[in-house]
Amino acid sequence: MPKNMLSDPREHLVVIGNGMAGMRTVEELLKHEAGRRYRITVFGAEPHVNYNRILLSSVLAGDKDLDDIVINPRSWYGDNGIRLVTGDPVTAIDRDAKLVTAASGLSVHYDRILIATGSRPLAPPIPGLALPGVCAFRDIADVEKMLEAARTQKRAVVIGGGLLGLEAAWGLKQRGMSVALVHLMPTLMERQLDAAAGQLLQRDLDRRGIAFFTNGQTEQIVGKERVEGVQLADGRFIPADLVVLAIGIRPNIDLAKAAGLEVNRGVVVFDDMRTSDTSIFAVGECVEHRGQVFGLVAPIWDQAKVCAAQLAGDATAIYAARALSTRLKITGVDVFSAGALMAADEADDEITLRDESRGLYKKIVLRDGKLVGAVLYGDVADGAWYLQLMQDKADVSALRERLVFGRAIAEMDGAKAPGPDLAAMPDDTQICGCNGVSKGTIVAAIRDKNLTSLTEVRAHTKASASCGQCTGQVESLLAFAAGVDAKAVKKTLCECTEAGHDEIRAAIPAQNLKTMAAVRAAFGWKKPEGCHKCRPALNFYLLCAWPDEYADDARSRFVNERVHANIQKDGTYSVVPRMWGGITTPAELHAIASVAEKYAIPTVKVTGGQRIDLLGVKKADLPAVWGDLNNAGLISGHAYGKALRTVKTCVGSEWCRFGTQDSTGLGVKLEKMCWGSWTPHKVKLAVSGCPRNCAEATIKDLGVVCVKAGYDIMVGGNGGVDVRVTDKLVRVRSEDEVLEHTGAFLQLYREEAHYLERTAPWVARVGIAYVKRRVVDDAEGRRALHGRFIHAQSFVQRDPWAERVHGAEAHEFSELSAMVEA
Amino acid sequence: MDVIWKNVGSLDNIPRCGARRLCFGHNGRPIAVFRTGDDAVHAVVDQCPHRAGPLSEGIVSGHLVTCPLHNWVIDLSSGDAVAPDEGHVETLPVRIENREIHVGIPRRPTSEEAA
Repeated sequence: MPKNMLSDPREHLVVIGNGMAGMRTVEELLKHEAGRRYRITVFGAEPHVNYNRILLSSVLAGDKDLDDIVINPRSWYGDNGIRLVTGDPVTAIDRDAKLVTAASGLSVHYDRILIATGSRPLAPPIPGLALPGVCAFRDIADVEKMLEAARTQKRAVVIGGGLLGLEAAWGLKQRGMSVALVHLMPTLMERQLDAAAGQLLQRDLDRRGIAFFTNGQTEQIVGKERVEGVQLADGRFIPADLVVLAIGIRPNIDLAKAAGLEVNRGVVVFDDMRTSDTSIFAVGECVEHRGQVFGLVAPIWDQAKVCAAQLAGDATAIYAARALSTRLKITGVDVFSAGALMAADEADDEITLRDESRGLYKKIVLRDGKLVGAVLYGDVADGAWYLQLMQDKADVSALRERLVFGRAIAEMDGAKAPGPDLAAMPDDTQICGCNGVSKGTIVAAIRDKNLTSLTEVRAHTKASASCGQCTGQVESLLAFAAGVDAKAVKKTLCECTEAGHDEIRAAIPAQNLKTMAAVRAAFGWKKPEGCHKCRPALNFYLLCAWPDEYADDARSRFVNERVHANIQKDGTYSVVPRMWGGITTPAELHAIASVAEKYAIPTVKVTGGQRIDLLGVKKADLPAVWGDLNNAGLISGHAYGKALRTVKTCVGSEWCRFGTQDSTGLGVKLEKMCWGSWTPHKVKLAVSGCPRNCAEATIKDLGVVCVKAGYDIMVGGNGGVDVRVTDKLVRVRSEDEVLEHTGAFLQLYREEAHYLERTAPWVARVGIAYVKRRVVDDAEGRRALHGRFIHAQSFVQRDPWAERVHGAEAHEFSELSAMVEA
Repeated sequence: MDVIWKNVGSLDNIPRCGARRLCFGHNGRPIAVFRTGDDAVHAVVDQCPHRAGPLSEGIVSGHLVTCPLHNWVIDLSSGDAVAPDEGHVETLPVRIENREIHVGIPRRPTSEEAA
């Protein structure tokens, strides 16, 4: 401390409050070069140096000594040239004279003030508070009183079942007292824990010998010379030698208020941590920022940083509230809570995991694909990770199914629930069923050829190169064998570009890109003509964006979609005519039978989609086969395309004694509306006439389940390797509404999914809440989507078979012959 | 190489970035004639070295064709599979005269060429 203050040219910063917030700000300030321009005086009301108030409960419980919780010893103040005045609370700020006056009469001039007066314990308006043996749980003096009581007395009552009250109760229990806890609410820590976690907590602490009086309103603290007990409003009486009040805190604003600063619940500060007087700052539990007051340490550390930066002259430093978390410091009782405790409305999702006997409980709350809340009980190891996801506002849709199991499992991509032990997996375990690739082959290729990406593994082993269902497992093997996090590598549309699907889809309308060449030019494609992966994707994206302008490029379609039949492994094709809603006629069946005989088609099979498959048709015969089928009124079933495939139905109310609606008729209407549509992947629909669901509507891309009251529209299901049951989109009352919602849903899928992404992974990725918002809640948006779908349909509802019967693309179906021998 | 040249018709009979099969084969195997985006023409045996898939049905980008069965990529100019796949398809000589494509079929003493 300089001897002659008047000769010190530095500005004088007076810090009122020697607590955690004030000193943290000073520490932060000292980190700044510009912070050295201040001469600093600190006033503390308590006689102690700066200590960690949060750890008082650990001192009470005997886990720590007072010395352990000192943050800065007296020498620290001296070393940094800070004048420390302890045990002398500031009593007045004279803003006109720029003077701060303390209780001792000491008065100093200031240039800047930092108010960090913290908070005071709340006291209930009941008689008996002044009796000896009643204390709060706020500072070292309180702890010393409690420790003294624990040495000489037996029975303690803690009033308040929040964080502080529970820690006080536990500490006193540890010190050998018999402890009862009175809580006004039905469950403990109700602001941080949902009822389920609160009950688990109560059960565990009850087993540890704390008696709980929930729904307990304290009427009076009873006693003559000193405290004798607590009287509850419902008539219960709890004898006590010590009563600890821990019902909450309120900001300590008296000084600021008297000085004429703007106060509300707390001392009002703006984003720059200044009060209504720009030369006076405030941080910590005494402040109110944007209507919020603070009791946890994390936001206060943020405030300290911002305040210090402002004091050091950085006018850009801004405080913004972040998601907060709470932990309870009771040894062996692990509780974590952050953000929302429960779903705020129907659009939010709650996912819970509960293991009663192990005392485990986890709940996460999701909103729009983002994590907005987490409550953990028993195992809180993932708390920090959840908090980070919340603060980052990260899109967790892709992790949704595994998120509640914690980070280790959620980030193990592709694995279901607890993932497989890759090290223990035998080498001959088949990973890729399509191409018959085993674990050993994949691991050997990764190690021998130093493969580091999924693309390379696919190229070398073919694993996951076909249907892609095993992609996650292959990525896990890559991580296992090469330590490469395949997830971290950005997923591009293909190797020709650095851009992802979403970027490209967005740019097509935004930059008015109308040809594949234009898209490739806009994104700097590496190969001028693209490759077999990007060409079909771009062709679809352009077709979807510009239905009336874009000319479909047959050369960018997979052979099946170009030829309008399914290529088989021997190079022959299969032909599946459309049967609307699975309904056929004797005439159609005659035509199919005749065709099969006439062209010696070796296999005729009934498909899972309620139609008939003619397998083994020679390519050259296709137009003639189609011509004969066309003559009977049969058209292409698009069984070969990334397109609307089938609408499966049951017979419904027309015949079935259980049927509630005309499911067959509705199925036919849906198929008439949707046929011919090109989609990111194949699309299958179904309509069941009652909840018995004979048409298996709940594993379709869109399924309708008829009920007496109307129609449940279900979306995002599929069979296949990864069976996914649909999510319910909405219940509607009329067939017209079913048609409108279906058109809107399909158009949203067409416009926003990635090419080759079925509705099931798409809905899982974007979240059913998002789909509901676009298709159900937003009526105008739904009509617009449906309108765009119908508009696009007007260009594609032409039978591709008939076009080819009449000569289109004739070169596809004949071979070149030699004309002249040279 | 001793070849028999066969005129298989106009370049315009094959779509750009496309292919057609010839109605005659070579050693009992089908032949495909490709026309690339820059109007180059390649003739190869129409069997992927992997599982004999019809290369003529694949997507053509640049001078590469992707087999429709399992996505092997074949370089049409050399007949070689693109790494990391390993394999080769036989290529046949081609010449263009007056926009007409001539494919050279190797003459083999033991093989009978269909016309």
